[in-house]
Amino acid sequence: MHKFLIRSFVSSLVLLFTLTVAAVAKDVKAAFVYIGPTGDHGWTYQHDVGRKAVEAAGFKTTYVEGVPESADAERVLRQLANSGHDIIFTTSFGYMNPTNKVAKEFPNVKFEHATGYKREHPNVATYAARFYEGRTILGTIAGTMTKSNVIGYVASFPIPEVIRGINSFTLAAQKVNPNIKTKIVWAFTWYDPGKEAEAAKALIDQGADVIAQHTDSTAIVQMAEKAGVYAFGQASDMDKFAPKAVLTSVENNWGPYYVDRVKAVANGTWSQKDTWHGIGDGMVVISGLDSQMPSDLQAKVKKLQADLASGKVHSFTGPIYDQKGNLMVAEGKTADDGMLAGMMTYVKGVEGDIPK
Amino acid sequence: MIVDINFVGLIIASIMASAVPLILASCGELITERSGVLNLGVEGMMIIGAISGFALMTVTGSLIIAVFGAMLAGVLISTIFAFLTQTLITNHVATGLALTIFGIGISAMIGKNFVGIPGKEFPVLFEGLKDTIPLLSPILFGHSIVFYFAFALPFITSYFLKKTKIGLIVRAVGDSPESASNQGINVRFVRYACILYGGAMCGLAGAYLSMIYTPQWIENMTGGRGWIALALVVFSTWNPIKILIGAMIFGGLTIIQFHMQAIGVRIPVQFLTALPYIVTIIVLVVISRDSRKIRLSTPSSLGKSFHKDN
Repeated sequence: MHKFLIRSFVSSLVLLFTLTVAAVAKDVKAAFVYIGPTGDHGWTYQHDVGRKAVEAAGFKTTYVEGVPESADAERVLRQLANSGHDIIFTTSFGYMNPTNKVAKEFPNVKFEHATGYKREHPNVATYAARFYEGRTILGTIAGTMTKSNVIGYVASFPIPEVIRGINSFTLAAQKVNPNIKTKIVWAFTWYDPGKEAEAAKALIDQGADVIAQHTDSTAIVQMAEKAGVYAFGQASDMDKFAPKAVLTSVENNWGPYYVDRVKAVANGTWSQKDTWHGIGDGMVVISGLDSQMPSDLQAKVKKLQADLASGKVHSFTGPIYDQKGNLMVAEGKTADDGMLAGMMTYVKGVEGDIPK
Repeated sequence: MIVDINFVGLIIASIMASAVPLILASCGELITERSGVLNLGVEGMMIIGAISGFALMTVTGSLIIAVFGAMLAGVLISTIFAFLTQTLITNHVATGLALTIFGIGISAMIGKNFVGIPGKEFPVLFEGLKDTIPLLSPILFGHSIVFYFAFALPFITSYFLKKTKIGLIVRAVGDSPESASNQGINVRFVRYACILYGGAMCGLAGAYLSMIYTPQWIENMTGGRGWIALALVVFSTWNPIKILIGAMIFGGLTIIQFHMQAIGVRIPVQFLTALPYIVTIIVLVVISRDSRKIRLSTPSSLGKSFHKDN
C-alpha cells in the first residue's frame, strides 16, 4: 500500500512537472551527450564550446558527460528525451545504435548523431567534419618546413577517420617534398598526456623535426616546444601551449552547426540530413599561421585553404596509389565520400602496416 | 642501424623521467603499507596532487608554493582516509577505493577553471653540463629537482626502514600492532603519520605530472599510474630498491615500444602496447618468487584494522 502511494505520488509529480514544462517553456531545449569529460581540452571540450554557442543564441541546454558507449547511453538518452528536450546531440561514434533505438521510441524528439552513418528513423540526422582537409594543409606545411625529411605522426586508433588523416597529410607533404618519410607511432589512446609525450619524444629522438598528432592532449606540442621542433595543434588552437613549436592548429568548430540545427527545431524547419562539412562551411577552422613560416609558404597555405573551401582542390585527387602500388584513385578523379568513409589502407609513401 | 651512443643516453633519460611518478607514489605507499595500512587511494591522492600543484602554480605563480601545496593537498586528503580507517576503524579496502573515486571527482570539479591554461616552465639543474660526457650526460644532467629526489628516495626509504629506530617502529607496527602497543608504542599515531607521509608522496607524484612532465591540467591525467604504483609495491615485496627496478622496467618498455614502432619493427602494435604490463608482471614475479621471503617481508597486519581495547 505504501509503495503504491509513493509510486502514485512520484508519478503525479513527474506528470505535473512535465505539464508545467510543456506549458511554460515554449522555447527549445537542447541536450548534449559527451563521451569524455568537458575538461579534456580536446574532442568533448570543443563540443561543449559548441553547446555554449547554442546557449549564447538564447536556448536552454543540458549536457551529460562521460557517458559510456553501452546500454548506459540508451538510459541517458531516454531520460533526456523524457525530460522535455527537443533536440539531442550524441557526440561520439559509439552512440550510433543507442541513438537510433531511442529515436524510434520518441518520434517527436530530434536526434543528431556525430560521425555516424545510420539514420533509421526520420528524426535522426548525422553530421561530421572533414578534418582531413585540415590535414592537407598541415602536410603542406610539414613537407616544406622539415629539414631532416622525417615527419613524426602520433596516431590514436586504427579507424578510417585516423587513416584518412594520415593519408591526406602524407599526400600533401609528398606533393611539396617527395623525399619525406612519415613515421607513425600508435599510442592506442585518445588522451593520456604522459603516453602522448613519450610517443612524441621517441619520434623526436629518431630524427623527426615536425610532429603531427591525432590524439587530443597538448602534451605533444609541449614536448615539441621543449625539444625545439615543430608541431600542430589538434581540435583547438594550442598556440599558447607551445608558441614556438605550433605552426598552426586545426580547430573543430561545431558551434555554427549546432545553433543552426537548434534554430531549425524552433522554426519547425528541421529535417533529417547527413552533413559532412569542411573548411568551406567553417566546421574545420585553420588557426592563425605562425610567423616562422616563410611568407611564400603562408601565401601558398592561404591559397590552398581558399581552394579547399571552394572545392577547387580536393585532398584526395588522383592518381593515388596504395602501399602495394595498386591504383586507388585514377588520374583526374577524386575519392568519393563512400571511399573516404571506409578508408582502411595506407597510401604509397606511408611506412609500416596498419595495426589489425 | 648504427646505434648512436648519445641516442641510447636520450632513451634512458626518457625512461627515467617516465618512472619518476611511479617511484614517488610507490615509495610513499610502501611506508604506509609497512605500517600495516593498505591505502588503495593512491590514484585519488595523485590526481589531487596534480590539480592542486597546477592550480597553485597558476594562481600564485610560485613553483615552490605549488610543489609543497600539492604535497599538503595529498596530506589533507589522506587525513580523511586516516581518520576513517584509524579512528572510526572502517575497512581499508573500501575506504581506499572511495578515496580514489572522491579524488578523481573533486579534482575534476576544482580543475574546471584550469583546463586550457599552459603550465610554467620548471627549472632544471646542471643544464650547462648537458654535452660534456657521452651517454651519461643526458642521463645525469638537465633534470628537475623532483627527478633527482625520486631516484634518491628508494635508497633513503631502504635505509630508513632498515637502519633507523623510527623505521623499526614502523615495521613493528605493521607486523604486530599488538606487541608494538604493549611496548608502549602509539600504534594509531604511527599509522596516521605513515598514511599522511604516503599522501604527501602521492601528491608530489601528481604534481610532477601536471607541473613538470606534461605541464597542463586535464581531467584524469594520471591515467591509471596510481594503480601501477600500487602493483609495484606488492610485486617488489615491500622492498624499495625493487620498486626502482620495477618502475624502470615499466617506464622503459612503454618508451622502447614507441621506438620500435617508429623504427618500423614488424611486431603487432597491440602486443607492443601490452608488453610493459606483461613484462613488468613477469619480471617482478621472477624476482619475488621466493615464497618464504615474501611471507617474511609482507607486513603481517596489512589491511587489518587495529583496535586497542581498554
